[in-house]
Amino acid sequence: MKPYEKNISECRDMLRSGEVSSVEITKSVLERIAEVDGRLNAFITVNGEAALAQAEAADRRRAGGESAPLLGIPLAIKDNLCTQGVRTTCASKILDNFIPPYESTATALLAKQGYVLVGKTNMDEFAMGSSTENSAFGPSKNPWNTECAPGGSSGGSAFAVAADECIAALGSDTGGSIRQPAAFCGVVGMKPTYGRVSRYGLVAFASSLDQIGPITKTVKDAAILLSAIAGPDSHDSTCAANPVADYEAAIGREIKGLKIGIPRQYFIEGMDAEVEGSVKSAIAQLESLGAVPVEIEMPHTDYAVATYYLIATSEASSNLARFDGVRYGARVKGDDLIDMYRKTRSAGFGAEVKRRIMLGTYALSSGYYDAYYLKAQKVRTLIKQDFDMAFKQVDVVVCPTSPMPPFRIGDKIDDPLQMYLADIFTIALNLAGGPGISVPCGFTSSGLPVGLQLMGRPFDEETLFSAAHAYEQSAGWTSRKPEVAA
Amino acid sequence: MDINEIQHIALLARLDLREDEMERFASQIGNILSYAEKLNTICTDEVEPTAHVLGMRNVFRDDDEAGSFAREAILANAPEASSGCFRVPKIIGQD
Repeated sequence: MKPYEKNISECRDMLRSGEVSSVEITKSVLERIAEVDGRLNAFITVNGEAALAQAEAADRRRAGGESAPLLGIPLAIKDNLCTQGVRTTCASKILDNFIPPYESTATALLAKQGYVLVGKTNMDEFAMGSSTENSAFGPSKNPWNTECAPGGSSGGSAFAVAADECIAALGSDTGGSIRQPAAFCGVVGMKPTYGRVSRYGLVAFASSLDQIGPITKTVKDAAILLSAIAGPDSHDSTCAANPVADYEAAIGREIKGLKIGIPRQYFIEGMDAEVEGSVKSAIAQLESLGAVPVEIEMPHTDYAVATYYLIATSEASSNLARFDGVRYGARVKGDDLIDMYRKTRSAGFGAEVKRRIMLGTYALSSGYYDAYYLKAQKVRTLIKQDFDMAFKQVDVVVCPTSPMPPFRIGDKIDDPLQMYLADIFTIALNLAGGPGISVPCGFTSSGLPVGLQLMGRPFDEETLFSAAHAYEQSAGWTSRKPEVAA
Repeated sequence: MDINEIQHIALLARLDLREDEMERFASQIGNILSYAEKLNTICTDEVEPTAHVLGMRNVFRDDDEAGSFAREAILANAPEASSGCFRVPKIIGQD
């Protein structure tokens, strides 16, 4: 087994015992990237030489007696997290040459432990999309079938983890952008509770929904990685002060008696039959481990997509106003200031970003605000109440991560509404704010992965880790790896 | 959505759209808004809006002096800079 095939927990043990050095693991990962990434496009920027220097520094720190969990471990970071001195593009032409003068809190916390940044991963431009097709740098592929999309928007991170181009990765999730690509690539992805991880240095898409989280080879790794990045931050006043639990301690806890809610509204007509079959088997598996399934109602589920696309685009239209060609990014000259703004933004943004800015601007514009934005905020309250009610009855809510297996590249890109509907099972959770995890739960007859989503109470990531780990260990799907060829 | 509306929104959004983009967006955004009509089937007269899920109030901190970025570090990303400032097109004195 090559070092790049290992997960965080294994690397941590091998580094601590001295069996392997960080330089050896990092070299192995960089060779793997050089071998497979060219055609598959998981990375926008590979941090080659700098990564090796970080690995050498980590080995020196270890020789000096340090042993933080992520010391010397090569991770990939989604390209919407600012990394000081390392280009951060958001997969957009408008930030093509942006070198952040500061570090995001999440990556600063990883750096404090001494992680190795192997590269910045591909994504849908400004995290807007469900397939990574909206990248100015070209789409990433699905590791199980390169004709298919890896999901999105954190498709590059999910691909890199599945194809062993890193030991683990960070993504961001505004409407499913960690969980859906994790499901499509056959890996584990977690969206923590809103406010669990600081958003400082995450290029904002929709500020009331965005959250950073881990994409990993195992559930245990997700717990280790979340422990490293969670916690309050004076740079982000929406970051919660709640104490951070020892998430790794939740790994291995029994789930006997755990009440798992099966919402009727998440098992709908039109769902792919193989996805439904895999998820129902997973529920039976959880039952055999002692969990107690309970049928529940989440009556406003059907309104989540419409609510989300009004709120998220409104926030995006406001957040993306800062890209005006004045302080950073590309500039296109114009006849006057407004003409410069318009030319700069039209040349710099791709079609989906423009479409969402237009939709959001419309929803916030005079005369339409109450009918669209305010209405959506009110329905958001009802969706959140569905979750509050559910968690009075059950400990975890279980459903498919996506209603369909990975779709083919090009299949949905010309029909934005169809693409938006692909997020139907992930976005309600962003509106409600709680944590969710996607864990592999089987494969279709054509060999494409299916993801099981577990959603939890706000700030109760521990229960999700316990349940997802128990399922993962008994089901064994995470041991299956795609054959990724150069 | 008609082309006039699209042109108006594009100006508000500081975008300059091509003819074909305007036509495509008019129909796509129209479709999305028709889909969003389903929200009007729910009565929300008695429902408070949610802007933020954690229900946090103002978060205060002490007004302490703290370091800031070096001017050169910030200007390094500027499309145009001179004399330690961002350089922008002239906005006054034009007809």
